Amino acid sequence: MSSQDRKTVVGVDVGGTYTDVFFLNEADGTCDVAKVPTTRGDQSKGIRNGIQQRLDQLGGISTIVHGTTVGTNALLERKGARCGVITTKGFRDVLEMRRRDRPQTWGLWGKFEPIVPRDLRVEVEERVLADGTLLEQADPGQVQAAARLLLERGAEAVCVFFINSYANQENERAAVQAVREIWPSEHVTASSEILPEVREFERASTASLNAYLQPPVGDYLERLEAGLRDGGFGGQVLIVQSNGGVMAVETARRFPVRTALSGPAAGVIAAAHIAGSAGFPNVITCDMGGTSFDVSLIADGKSALFPQTSIDFGMVIRTPMIEITTIGAGGGSIAWVDRGGLLQVGPESAGSDPGPVCYGLGNDRPTVTDANVVLGRINAERPIGGKLDRLDVEASKAAIQKHVAEPLSLDIMTAAEAIIRVANAKMAGAIRLVSVERGHDPKNFSAMPFGGGGALHTGALIKEVGLKSALVPRYPGVTSALGCVIADMRHDRVMTINRMLEDLDVQALDRQMSETAAAGQELLNAADVVFEGTEYLFELDMHYLGQTHTVSVPLALEFGGGTTGVTSETIRAAFEDTYRQTYGRLLDGIAIRIMNLRVTVVGKRPKFDLSILAPKTDGKSRVEPTGTREVWADGTWHEAATYERLVLPEGTRVPGPAILEQPDTTIFIDPDLEGLVDGFGNLVITRKEEG
Amino acid sequence: MTSIDPVTLSVLKGRLEQIADEMDATLFRSAFNPIIAEAHDASHGLYDAKTGDTLIQGKSGLPVFVGAMSFAVKAVIDKAAAAGEVPQDGDVYIFNDPYDGGTHLSDFKLVRPFYRNGELFCYLASVGHWHDVGGNVPGNYNPVATECFQEGMLIPPVKLYVKGELRQDIITILQANSRLPGSLYGDLNGQLNALDLGVQRLHKLLDEYGEASISETLVELRKRAAQLMSSFISELPEGRYAAEDWLDNDGITDEPLKIALDMEIRNGRMTLDFSRSSQACAGPVNIARSTTVASCYVALKHIFKDVPANAGVLDPIDFVIPGNSLLSVKAPKPVGGYTETILRVIDVIFVALSQANPEITNGCAYGTINALSLAGHRKDGRRWVMFSFFGGGHGGHPDGDGLNHGNAPISTATIPPLEILEAAYPVRFTQWALRPDSGGVGAHRGGCGAIYELELLEEKAEVFLFGERGKFAPPGVAGGSEGAKNLFRYQQDDGEHSPPMASKMVGIKLTKGQRLHLETPGGGGYGPALERDPNSVGEDVRLGYISPEAAREDYACVVDDQGRPDINATEVLRRERVS
Repeated sequence: MSSQDRKTVVGVDVGGTYTDVFFLNEADGTCDVAKVPTTRGDQSKGIRNGIQQRLDQLGGISTIVHGTTVGTNALLERKGARCGVITTKGFRDVLEMRRRDRPQTWGLWGKFEPIVPRDLRVEVEERVLADGTLLEQADPGQVQAAARLLLERGAEAVCVFFINSYANQENERAAVQAVREIWPSEHVTASSEILPEVREFERASTASLNAYLQPPVGDYLERLEAGLRDGGFGGQVLIVQSNGGVMAVETARRFPVRTALSGPAAGVIAAAHIAGSAGFPNVITCDMGGTSFDVSLIADGKSALFPQTSIDFGMVIRTPMIEITTIGAGGGSIAWVDRGGLLQVGPESAGSDPGPVCYGLGNDRPTVTDANVVLGRINAERPIGGKLDRLDVEASKAAIQKHVAEPLSLDIMTAAEAIIRVANAKMAGAIRLVSVERGHDPKNFSAMPFGGGGALHTGALIKEVGLKSALVPRYPGVTSALGCVIADMRHDRVMTINRMLEDLDVQALDRQMSETAAAGQELLNAADVVFEGTEYLFELDMHYLGQTHTVSVPLALEFGGGTTGVTSETIRAAFEDTYRQTYGRLLDGIAIRIMNLRVTVVGKRPKFDLSILAPKTDGKSRVEPTGTREVWADGTWHEAATYERLVLPEGTRVPGPAILEQPDTTIFIDPDLEGLVDGFGNLVITRKEEG
Repeated sequence: MTSIDPVTLSVLKGRLEQIADEMDATLFRSAFNPIIAEAHDASHGLYDAKTGDTLIQGKSGLPVFVGAMSFAVKAVIDKAAAAGEVPQDGDVYIFNDPYDGGTHLSDFKLVRPFYRNGELFCYLASVGHWHDVGGNVPGNYNPVATECFQEGMLIPPVKLYVKGELRQDIITILQANSRLPGSLYGDLNGQLNALDLGVQRLHKLLDEYGEASISETLVELRKRAAQLMSSFISELPEGRYAAEDWLDNDGITDEPLKIALDMEIRNGRMTLDFSRSSQACAGPVNIARSTTVASCYVALKHIFKDVPANAGVLDPIDFVIPGNSLLSVKAPKPVGGYTETILRVIDVIFVALSQANPEITNGCAYGTINALSLAGHRKDGRRWVMFSFFGGGHGGHPDGDGLNHGNAPISTATIPPLEILEAAYPVRFTQWALRPDSGGVGAHRGGCGAIYELELLEEKAEVFLFGERGKFAPPGVAGGSEGAKNLFRYQQDDGEHSPPMASKMVGIKLTKGQRLHLETPGGGGYGPALERDPNSVGEDVRLGYISPEAAREDYACVVDDQGRPDINATEVLRRERVS
């Protein structure tokens, strides 16, 4: 089959419970979805099952784009490779000493176990100074002896991390070459290759986590590709990175640490596209799971990127990633009354196993989901996900009575609603954190729930935070898989510059920018993927001399003909603009320093027209409710109309109180809100007076 | 009787905390000096309009300020009252007087009355540790100060803004008294930005919920904070518990200073009596009474984590601190080394509480901040000052071994990356490592301290150190032993030296290529050493946290050179040890 015959693009998101697949047939402009159980142990089986549920022949697929949690899980469960570190004499404990911190501000019972134990961190003689001067050359013989020692001690992967290697990579490169000569696998990482940026702990942590992930992620990708090829697949596999862009499998094998937030990033990408198409360039995505609530802000169709994250205490990854703020408020979060008589929700969670009380799997403390069940917002006879037949409402009530209603002297219904209010307040806090605290006015933003639980709460959230509206996508449960299909290819690179603006050699900077941009372009060319165009983004991390933190200053530059045309004046103007926007006051007379250069190359992949998701209208202008259900809201019972969400045609107005059901989520429309089905099948929820 | 319902109360508590947190974050991001930006040595909150009591405080600021800031606001209220004035809308007071406002001269407090509909509703305040406020020693940790005037400028509460009008003269005076006027200016602006933001956010919240609800919330939160603390105290067995600890010296005379606590638990109240402590000393390890109270709060909140940052927490606690004590000094007694003394106050509370209930406590942490500064001039004449604090081990606890290389209990500070220090200052680190055998011996071992060694790359520099625990090690609890003591050495032309006052020295000249060597204490152990699992001892040997000698001597554990324990031989040895 020639590449012209391969017309289907497949997006795959592997979650903890389900593997979601989204199919886009580019030939006839149709799409389809599949949902199969995730196969623990080897996720690639579930992926093949999911694809084969809709396609007999893998030969018709041009591209499979995959958001993976293999790396994330390996980190969270600490199931990466046995990994060694070769480092500068005197510094083997950098990874274990962290930045001298503790897990919690209050309480001194902290624990930390580094992913590379102390006996697998070996020192060699070498030294580079901060200005790049090579003080002592690395001796390849000594490095190889260190590598042999690590092999003897069972290391499968190795990371070479030298002090100040960001300023001069020569020693680290030489050492890596020496290691590669004797290392039995390709799992050799150099810290300056992963992150040529100043700050030894962050670089060491990121690089050793990369080494830690190389074997499990590499093996997985190999199995996945081999399995697909056996099934007749002849196209490309792309992997979603934490920055929301995709990369080739080859790149993912070298830089598995870039997949740490692969799954959630794809969801945000999809949200941006769905909302943008529907005319909502400003949205805040809300992903509510069993234990957490993740929010991410999209302004003017773009997600904010964050330079680093901690997967766990002391497990720092410094690679650009879509900024996702997580708080401990999910469906499984436990409600309790503290000794001072204050109602609290979380951070303790019953998760999905044992889960809420109504699951009947052994938890007897009330959760957010239990409150939703008691309030009638979740249909106890038709739980989503299909794992359980029905939910035990009486058990939920008893738990709320005992743990919340009695201590607070409230009746059960008021107590259940109180749990939801406190949970909503926490979620609203997270939304304020990413919007108000970043200088965005919530009035200009809409909430976009995806995942299973978010759509029950978004109505309340728009009121609590003052958002414009909420936008519930047609298939909230497969948002991440859809995001895979549309994500662009993206390569980020950061380099430490550490020069004063006034002493800057602009030509050298231009050269560095242009070379990095060209290298990114080569990676795109090598991927054998169709792009509509290429975008180059240049950013400098800058500050006033003496300041510790930097602001990211985007430069409006055009890259072409081997130059970006950058000048000192454009840099200064851009810095002052950004600084004023961020803090208000410029500081006259203080010198300006450029700390880092960031270059991003984006290969724009073709987008498809989301109107193919729109409900097919069969001539009926109106769909009747399927029935009614008693729902408690604002201190009283309401008779809420219930609907099958997916059959509602475009233009349907659904006044609250109403419940919309579909296989992967439940939507609750508060009494003072109403919903409208738009031309893409989204449900737009607004306040009644505005409708 | 309050009319506010418990649910609205929970919601508003979160909203108010978010305002303070956001003020913290704004200053951390825009501050100039790394002590604020990286070490988060700053704090923000809302304080009572009449008493100055803490109503709400940010969660990410320096823990010790949680107790101290109410004294700072009170100082402004008293000062205005004494002058027969009422703080006006748009006024901002600035000061660093530590005797009224707590802590030390480096901490500049900004206090701003918050008006709503023409009435004083509450105060907003911001505190931040500035990089240099004059005095004899760059960075202001002067271990030989005998008066506060040698530690830095002292500014009483004065108005930086009068009804919204900036008094530029004040900034000019402040800048003229600092070695780093640019940094001072940047930090001051950051604090002003944070206050602006707080005012804006609080108005927004009041617009939404009304003055009555917010006022009631604040009253109710205080009541509940007191209730929460009382419930924890009531669970402790009634009785008297005592603990003593020592400071090495005051930097002037090499004599130890006692910090003694008699803790009494009775009728749901806790008395903290420091009467048996040493009297005020000549050197800078004195602290003001407000600082002592603040540090007690820090210790208690480490043990009872759920109590909020609210003055109500201290309602069920009585303090006995005699006026002549080194824990209750007045001007001009030097207080620059307050961190060392409050760490000791925290340690005696941990030890006394461990007698009441060992299940809720932990071994003491390393207990000294080791403020090290190196200062000199570059070839082009520019002055440089490298100033940093160093980490050590945390104590063993009921749940496991102590954390290696943590930050001090009074702070959430992170250490600057050594690569950043090397890029900014003419130094090269030769070691940055864990310190074996430094964790206190115990069933749960204390965490390891650290070894830092660095070499000077410029022609010359002066070195200043302010540290403690050189003579008295961090205690263990519940049968655990003490951690290793602090060690400091420096090279001179005639070889290696240690400071005469163990961990305090001023203006030692260093020349190119000479090195400084600091080994910080580990944490105290928890529980008897002979109860430590031999497998854990073996693992410690294999990973090099302890030496094979320590395994045998301290733990009576027979371990081979691979770290494999001989269980039978260990049992025999341990039986011998007991008898």
